[in-house]
Amino acid sequence: MLDVHIEKQLNHFMLDVSFQVEDEIVALFGPSGAGKTSILECIAGLSRSDKGHIRLNNRILSENKQTIVPIQHRKIGYLFQSYALFPHKTVWDNIAYGMKSEDFAKQLMRELGITHVRDAYPHMISGGEKQRVAIARAIATEPDVLLLDEPFSALDDDTKNRGHEELLRIHTLWKIPVILVTHSHAEAEKLASKILYIHEGTLHPERISNAHKKLKNL
Amino acid sequence: MLPLVLPPTVVGFGLLYLFGKNGLIGKLLLEVFDVQVVFTWYAVIIAAVVVSFPLMYQSASAAFQQYDPNVENAALTMGASPFKVFMTISFPLAWPGLLSGLVLTFARALGEFGATLMIAGYIPNVTDTIPLAIYFAVESGNMEMATFWVVIIISLGFSAMLWLNWWSKRNMLKYTEQRNRP
Repeated sequence: MLDVHIEKQLNHFMLDVSFQVEDEIVALFGPSGAGKTSILECIAGLSRSDKGHIRLNNRILSENKQTIVPIQHRKIGYLFQSYALFPHKTVWDNIAYGMKSEDFAKQLMRELGITHVRDAYPHMISGGEKQRVAIARAIATEPDVLLLDEPFSALDDDTKNRGHEELLRIHTLWKIPVILVTHSHAEAEKLASKILYIHEGTLHPERISNAHKKLKNL
Repeated sequence: MLPLVLPPTVVGFGLLYLFGKNGLIGKLLLEVFDVQVVFTWYAVIIAAVVVSFPLMYQSASAAFQQYDPNVENAALTMGASPFKVFMTISFPLAWPGLLSGLVLTFARALGEFGATLMIAGYIPNVTDTIPLAIYFAVESGNMEMATFWVVIIISLGFSAMLWLNWWSKRNMLKYTEQRNRP
């Protein structure tokens, strides 16, 4: 279980959130600049909070301003909005960079249908393929938690829908906590078992229940 | 960055002030290591390095800023140590920019005149660089010798620029989609 409490002064407001994520997909939903990416960065250790803590399966990753477990030992899979694939490495070298087992990495490539682009460089493949390579690369490290920062925002509708299905399938295969940052309400409702609505750095529970009411009515 | 905007003679004056027998660094070197820098080939190197350093600094900082910083963050989250990230991600991605900076810096250093003359003087077979040799050959009316060195330095500069153009076209955009765009 991932236990998050972050207090951090951002440019225009104070980020102050607390939530827990079991082995489920939780959507962080809200407008641009609401502090969604900052939350992911604090969990991954890419930025520090002023107060609070990040605990993953009873292991304290950070407490207040102190980093207890550095980024490279946190076992966190992070999918960046820009995918951040290594442009000078082939698809396979990207996936192999942090993989734990070669067999598992190859299985992932088969599952995600990217075996045919194994030797291509990132600039040679399509947006949908890039996104699948980035997911494969993140999961190949066998992380304890997966952070997805708007992974579908740059894709066309068809590719987006396929991406949604793949995420759900991956999650049933590897049950780990997943945080999905999105500013699409439809996407949050489709994929997540819990939606956290964030606005100017704080979570708004009333919007969460509204979202659930909506879900029930569907 | 100061050496880039100052006249080379002013840089040379500053170096002379620092490395001279009574200068801050010169005095220390003389007392501790018994080494005199001014009017030796060490001085030639110091002048070339100081004058061309800003070019290398500019090229290097541009080279490390031209890629998505999240590729380094991605490598960190995948378990790589900061050293591994530098060796396998940052350095290879910045390498084309670093190399072009290196060539520019080399060409600038090769042509260094003012600061070298100030701190190293012109001592044949000790501190004579090509630009100094050209100047003093012309001054003494030895036009043949001057022409010889001018041709050498033009060919060196020209080949450096040609190679740099060829290399950057080939490698700078190698991993970007722009290259495939019509």
